[in-house]
Amino acid sequence: MKEEKGKKTMKEKLEQIKAEALKQIEATSAQSSQALDKLNEIRVNYLGKKGELTALLKGMKDVAPEERPKVGQMVNEVRSEIEEVLEKATDKMKALALEGRLKGETIDVTLPAKKNNVGHRHPNTIALEEVERIFVGMGYEVVEGPEIETDYYNFEALNIPADHPAKDEQDTFYINGDFLLRTQTSGTQVHEMEKGKLPIRMIAPGRVFRSDEVDATHSPSFHQVEGLVIDKHITFADLKGTLAEFAREMFGEETKVKFRPHHFNFTEPSAEMDVSCFKCGGKGCRFCKGSGWIEILGCGMVHPNVLTMSGINPEEYSGFAFGVGLERIALLKYEIDDMRLLYENDIRFLKQF
Amino acid sequence: MNTALSWIKAYVPELDCADQEYCDAMTLTGTKVENYERLDKNLEKIVIGQIEKIEKHPDADKLIVCQVNIGSEVIQIVTGAPNVKEGDKVPVVLDGGKVAGGHDGGPMPEEGIKIKAGKLRGIPSNGMMCSIEELGSDRNMYPEAPEFGIYIFPEDAQVGADAVEALGMRDTVFEYEITSNRVDCYSVLGIAREAAATFRKPFVPPVVEVKENGENVNDYISVEVKDPDLCTRYCARVCTNIKIAPSPEWMQRRLRASGIRPINNLVDITNYVMEEYGQPMHAFDLDTIAGHKIIVRRAADGDKFQTLDEQVRKLDKDILMICDAEKEIGIAGIMGGENSKITDDVKTVLFEAATFNGANIRKSAKRLGLRTDASGKFEKGLDPHNAEAAINRACQLISELGCGEVVSGMVDVCQPMKDEERIKFEPERINDLLGTDVSVEDMMSIFKMLEIEYDESTNELIAPTYRQDILCCADIAEEVARFFGYDKIPTTLPAGAATAGKLSFKLRIEQKARDIAEYCGFSQGMTYSFESPRVFDKLLIPEDSPLRNTVVIANPLGEDFSIMRTISLNGMLTSLATNYNRRNKDVRLYELGNIYLPYQFPLTQLPDERMQFTLGMYGEGDFFTMKGVVEEFFESIGLKKKTVYNPKSGKPFLHPGRQADIEYDGVTVGYLGEVHPTVCDNYDIGTRAYIAVLDMPYIVERATFDRKYEGVAKYPAVSRDISMVVPKEILAGQIEAVIEQRGGKILESCQLFDIYEGEQIKAGFKSVAYSITFRAKDRTLEEGDVAAAMKKILNGLESLGIELRS
Repeated sequence: MKEEKGKKTMKEKLEQIKAEALKQIEATSAQSSQALDKLNEIRVNYLGKKGELTALLKGMKDVAPEERPKVGQMVNEVRSEIEEVLEKATDKMKALALEGRLKGETIDVTLPAKKNNVGHRHPNTIALEEVERIFVGMGYEVVEGPEIETDYYNFEALNIPADHPAKDEQDTFYINGDFLLRTQTSGTQVHEMEKGKLPIRMIAPGRVFRSDEVDATHSPSFHQVEGLVIDKHITFADLKGTLAEFAREMFGEETKVKFRPHHFNFTEPSAEMDVSCFKCGGKGCRFCKGSGWIEILGCGMVHPNVLTMSGINPEEYSGFAFGVGLERIALLKYEIDDMRLLYENDIRFLKQF
Repeated sequence: MNTALSWIKAYVPELDCADQEYCDAMTLTGTKVENYERLDKNLEKIVIGQIEKIEKHPDADKLIVCQVNIGSEVIQIVTGAPNVKEGDKVPVVLDGGKVAGGHDGGPMPEEGIKIKAGKLRGIPSNGMMCSIEELGSDRNMYPEAPEFGIYIFPEDAQVGADAVEALGMRDTVFEYEITSNRVDCYSVLGIAREAAATFRKPFVPPVVEVKENGENVNDYISVEVKDPDLCTRYCARVCTNIKIAPSPEWMQRRLRASGIRPINNLVDITNYVMEEYGQPMHAFDLDTIAGHKIIVRRAADGDKFQTLDEQVRKLDKDILMICDAEKEIGIAGIMGGENSKITDDVKTVLFEAATFNGANIRKSAKRLGLRTDASGKFEKGLDPHNAEAAINRACQLISELGCGEVVSGMVDVCQPMKDEERIKFEPERINDLLGTDVSVEDMMSIFKMLEIEYDESTNELIAPTYRQDILCCADIAEEVARFFGYDKIPTTLPAGAATAGKLSFKLRIEQKARDIAEYCGFSQGMTYSFESPRVFDKLLIPEDSPLRNTVVIANPLGEDFSIMRTISLNGMLTSLATNYNRRNKDVRLYELGNIYLPYQFPLTQLPDERMQFTLGMYGEGDFFTMKGVVEEFFESIGLKKKTVYNPKSGKPFLHPGRQADIEYDGVTVGYLGEVHPTVCDNYDIGTRAYIAVLDMPYIVERATFDRKYEGVAKYPAVSRDISMVVPKEILAGQIEAVIEQRGGKILESCQLFDIYEGEQIKAGFKSVAYSITFRAKDRTLEEGDVAAAMKKILNGLESLGIELRS
């Protein structure tokens, strides 16, 4: 009877605890800011070490041993029921709290950006890096040569002997009888060949100088990229193929090329390469002066005299060379209408690239 | 070179193609057409009319009413032109026709000007009579045209005929860009020969037969060449009984189209032959030539000579002169003298066609500042055979045009001519070079068109003498390629072993420099390598500074571009100033460019070209912003050792208290600082500016992209903060050096977190606080480790005169 009574009492107590706990939880749900704290308090009060359920379990010693599992099960059932309800309530509270916080944190996304103000590359360099990327991809090495050169490397070794009119055509700045500001990057061809390492596949970008007065289309200092390939069995067809590939990479997949005979002392046969106008696609516009073609570079098969002077046997080796004007590409590609802008360094200009 | 297509067709009679087709085809075989223009552009419905009657306009004093017979009918035209009279034959634009320009000779509208019938002051006018300007030309080309008013045709003009045709304007003028190796193409015959080969049509050059009068040229003139190195051939012929008159219309038209103004038959013939053969000629009045003798010799230094443009020229010993027995009468190949000028009274003419040394003519013309059509041709180096051909052609024209009689024979002083070029014919080699498979027959047919002969017995090709550019197998290959067609050559990529594409290490470091500068907000500028010697004064650089030892350009564009820079700052400061003056805010620029340091004077070796990484800025940021960029860069290229900033930099262009040399590895690799206010003033930069200059060769030597993982710390760090009272002159760098030297292996870092000068601190001192962090790689530090290290550090600091506050 004692046990009966005890059991009943236990059960009643449990029911009572459960009812109270659930009531408190429900009451909390409706509340706001401290709701989560309140729920935690309820957890501690009922389920904690000093909570009511724990306290109730302490009364187990009064329960008959055979009844204890039953009672234990009942206690556990009540505990999990309360826990479940508590958890649901907590989740709900958390969701509500998060929702509230997010609502309060709304920003005006149209306010100005905080930029790192990264600087900008010069358009010449952008064009140069493009050229380098293409030729490095084709296995070319990028090298450099001196800007102040000897007459030998700038002219003589390129098959432009003393007194040749080509020397005047290029309006050379002289330092003295022998030293000059290079008028073309072509001298790097000779430096490279003289190293004696064959085959050669190189490009050589750099500053060149000609005594042209400064105006919208002229500058006494500008940049070229020289190219040179020397190997056995290099042909004019290889020259055409390589430069056509370059043009497609540089100006777009649809670009067509046209090779016209031309004359350079250090190449024979020589050519100029036109590309189909990358502005109008060849229909004719102001950039191509209505012709649909734009002159891009000079090229040719390395002259046997040049090979011989650089210590390469023209009976065994052949090669091709080309020279591109960087400014020309930059001006055309970016529609820059005045060359002087490239050397003024106005930040409003530079920032556009 | 400008030439009318009709002139070319005279020698390639079967040539029949549209203008554009001609342009494209010639360009593809190497005679590049720059431009072409139809002479009859915008000339529509223009006929020759004859004025039958002129009456005054009833309501306008300055207008007249003309009845003009245009062949099919008589129309009424009102005009204000002052120069017409009854019976004149004039160009008449009919109703609905077009003219090229206005009567004022101003710029011509692209679409021309439409002419419609209408009324002038109430009187109907059914067309317009034109001036030469309205026909798109000018009095230079048509000197017979009146200065103001209507063009008047010669009396034999046919009424009702096409006026444009009658003026020789039904033609197209092509402008060619001739490459310098093709001297032969600076002539109508040369271009015609190329046109014939391009279109595979026969080339029909003029047949030259001179009708001579039986007298002996040696009775008139003798020639002595004293400087044969400068004159390889001198041909002289004499024409007598000269009758000066206008040259025929056809000749005038051709000259006009070439941009040459017709003058009279004699002058026109020399110009015509110069265009046709590419050989300049000179005509002397034989009666002005003393001793009837021509002497070709160098001038003496200091000689003076009056050229036929009436200018007095100063001569030197490298200028070749044409002289008679007593005096100088012309500058060889450049311009004749006033004293032997042809006048309208000339009776006997001496023609000269010579071959002068091209380089000498070029240099002489340059020194004299006198570049003429003739010198422009001579300087390319002419074929001596051409001199004889041209002089005979001129004599033929003299007699054919009734300009005079030709004396028999030619005086010819000629050096032995170069042997013709013989080149081994190697068809496989040609195909190997081109990457083609052109048959021997096809090659032979190309050679035939180009008058390149084949000697079967020796298997050699013989280039014609006018083709001075054909010297070796590659030249022959180019001829084959040109007429086989560059466009028909296949397109392949080089075979052979693969090569690794790469940038040189130097270029990779420079690429990194650009990346870092840009990450830090600096944009790339470019400035010239040459500048004015005055920049040193602007930069306050002392007179005795080695920076003033510059590589000087002998022929600069002007003083402002006359020396090669030895310091990169001028370009940077100029660019900052440009931006400042344009009110651009917060400007940050960098440049990668060379300076040029001579090793010694006089220059016996090329100067040292040193790449400089120059940064400059104004606006937001300060000295330490700039220092930050330097350190970011160093980190990115593996410069891991301690960088020392030495304030004893001594740069006159920088603020004396805000500058430092950047020392790495015991070497000064650059400097940075605030620009000296006086220098800012000199450049018109009205705000504080900062610069940094890094000498890249030193940096590239020490840079590396190699990296090794050092692990992340596993054991906890221990920090100690120290606060000190420091004598003012002690630098943070000195304090850090003590901490680093004495902190031992377990020192991880030291961080400045406070620096203060002011009231609470005694005079001559500042308060400085550092946080020092210790960590061991292999264990948790014990208090004893840290205490020992701190003690050593504090002892060191005390020896600098530093007092500890806590």
